[in-house]
Amino acid sequence: MGPRMNTAYHRWRKFKNALMQIITCVCALLVIAPLGLVFYHLLKSGFGSVNWDFFTQLPKPVGESGGGMANAIVGTFELLALAALMGVPVGVLGGIYLSEYGSSRLNWWIRLCADVLNGVPSIIWGMLVYALVVLPMHSYSAWAGGVALAMMMIPLIMRTTEEVLLLVPGGFREAALALGIARWRTSLQIVVRTALKGIVTGVLLALARVGGETAPLLFTALGNRFWNHRLSDPIAALPLQIFTSANSPYKDWHRQAWAGALVLLLLIAIINVGVRFLTRDRFSPRT
Amino acid sequence: MTSKNQPVASPQPPSPRPVTLPRQALLPAKAPGGPETTIPALTIRDLSIFFGNNQVLKRVSLDIPARAVSAIIGPSGCGKSTLLRALNRMHELVPSARMEGHIRLFGQDIYGPEIEPVIVRRRVGMVFQKSNPFPTMSIAENATVGLRLNGVRNRAMLAEQMERSLGMAALWDEVKDRLDAPALSLSGGQQQRLCIARALAVQPEVLLMDEPASALDPLATAKIEDLILELKKEYTIVIVTHNMQQAARVSDFTAFLYLGELVEYGATSKIFTHPAKRQTEDYVTGRFG
Repeated sequence: MGPRMNTAYHRWRKFKNALMQIITCVCALLVIAPLGLVFYHLLKSGFGSVNWDFFTQLPKPVGESGGGMANAIVGTFELLALAALMGVPVGVLGGIYLSEYGSSRLNWWIRLCADVLNGVPSIIWGMLVYALVVLPMHSYSAWAGGVALAMMMIPLIMRTTEEVLLLVPGGFREAALALGIARWRTSLQIVVRTALKGIVTGVLLALARVGGETAPLLFTALGNRFWNHRLSDPIAALPLQIFTSANSPYKDWHRQAWAGALVLLLLIAIINVGVRFLTRDRFSPRT
Repeated sequence: MTSKNQPVASPQPPSPRPVTLPRQALLPAKAPGGPETTIPALTIRDLSIFFGNNQVLKRVSLDIPARAVSAIIGPSGCGKSTLLRALNRMHELVPSARMEGHIRLFGQDIYGPEIEPVIVRRRVGMVFQKSNPFPTMSIAENATVGLRLNGVRNRAMLAEQMERSLGMAALWDEVKDRLDAPALSLSGGQQQRLCIARALAVQPEVLLMDEPASALDPLATAKIEDLILELKKEYTIVIVTHNMQQAARVSDFTAFLYLGELVEYGATSKIFTHPAKRQTEDYVTGRFG
């Protein structure tokens, strides 16, 4: 007897197929639904307060309306620059070690540690840096905030750097070595150069990831409501300012918090879209 | 001055600096030896190579003459590529690799205790089966990369060497109007010739070719073969090939490897017409392998 072709059986199969398709589709929509909800809510509550003043003015004291978060926006960029300065070289060079040097046994342990570190709750980083930097310096500071963010970035960048370097075909390494090019030059000027876009992508995504962190900054950068250009003093950051504004009992501050959240989300979205744009033609190295 | 500064009083001998193979000035090229030279370019004696516990080459001994093409043939897995890669120490990239025996380059042990593999590879260049120009570089940059990353900064010299090496690789006329185009914009055969130019630019004395035409169409293959015949006027060439006709067409000497052992080595005309061993005859006539 051949396969059953009667219509009832066939209908049951088609029904199962359609059901499965609908379930997966609904789940996929559920995944992106929160982004839509967040964005809608932020636009509704925050858009009214996003104006020129928001980007150029300091926060106003309690009771006065208006003002902005200029110091927090600049502060966030300062903190990210500090974190990048400390975290990018260590992360990228660590990733080069994992991919180009390193014994497989040692690499296994380093990878394990990096993956554990990637899962450490961000508040722990804040506490650690409080003990390591804030207490010895006797002050909350931009430095401490930068160190906390850098520590979060390092394992992230190290792992993405390693992954993109491993995508570079071994033939390029062999070709370079066969030209009598020294190993370190092969690593830096052939392998890293081939995977540069991927490394830059990893760095930008890590910056976007830590740029929105609040917890590591609570006991380190602390935040303030003024301009601060000394790195050894507390510094404002958007997530911190949102946190304190939203926790306050004042309506005006709540509106500012919404606006800050919208700006922060847009900044991170811009970085992500920028990464897509930067890498759209050729992300992985060609073989 | 204290006695500490005097060398004789120094408690420890000065740390030995790595001795590199002396070689004629990197530029300009000086042909090794001369036409009258009779010493072989490479002398291989009792060469055994192991990867872990697996012995891939078994006491192989042969002399590779200068300014000639020597072909290494044999069925897959016989150790052809390993033999080739041992000639510029590329097999050492496999961490478990171990070698016994001697390889001399114009009389000098390239596995000597103080010899750096980097310097060996500058003198013994290599072209791979799969053309692999660096994708982030232009045609011109690919041609000069070996010199630039070995510290040559002089622009005039780089330009001169680029034209010379692209010319020797029979590529100059095809690319001279688009030297700044990406290397990957070239066709497969052109990419392989660019890789040959890249290897020639550092002025090696020996050029190793690992199945350089096996990924190319017949026309591009013919160009590579013409090129090999042209290059042997100045270079010693060792080529690994699966293609028996190719070995017969381009090589002066042929080595037949089987299961890691050198079965027979001699003039190509003899290997292909009157081989001394039955195994060789079976292989070159296509009865096995």
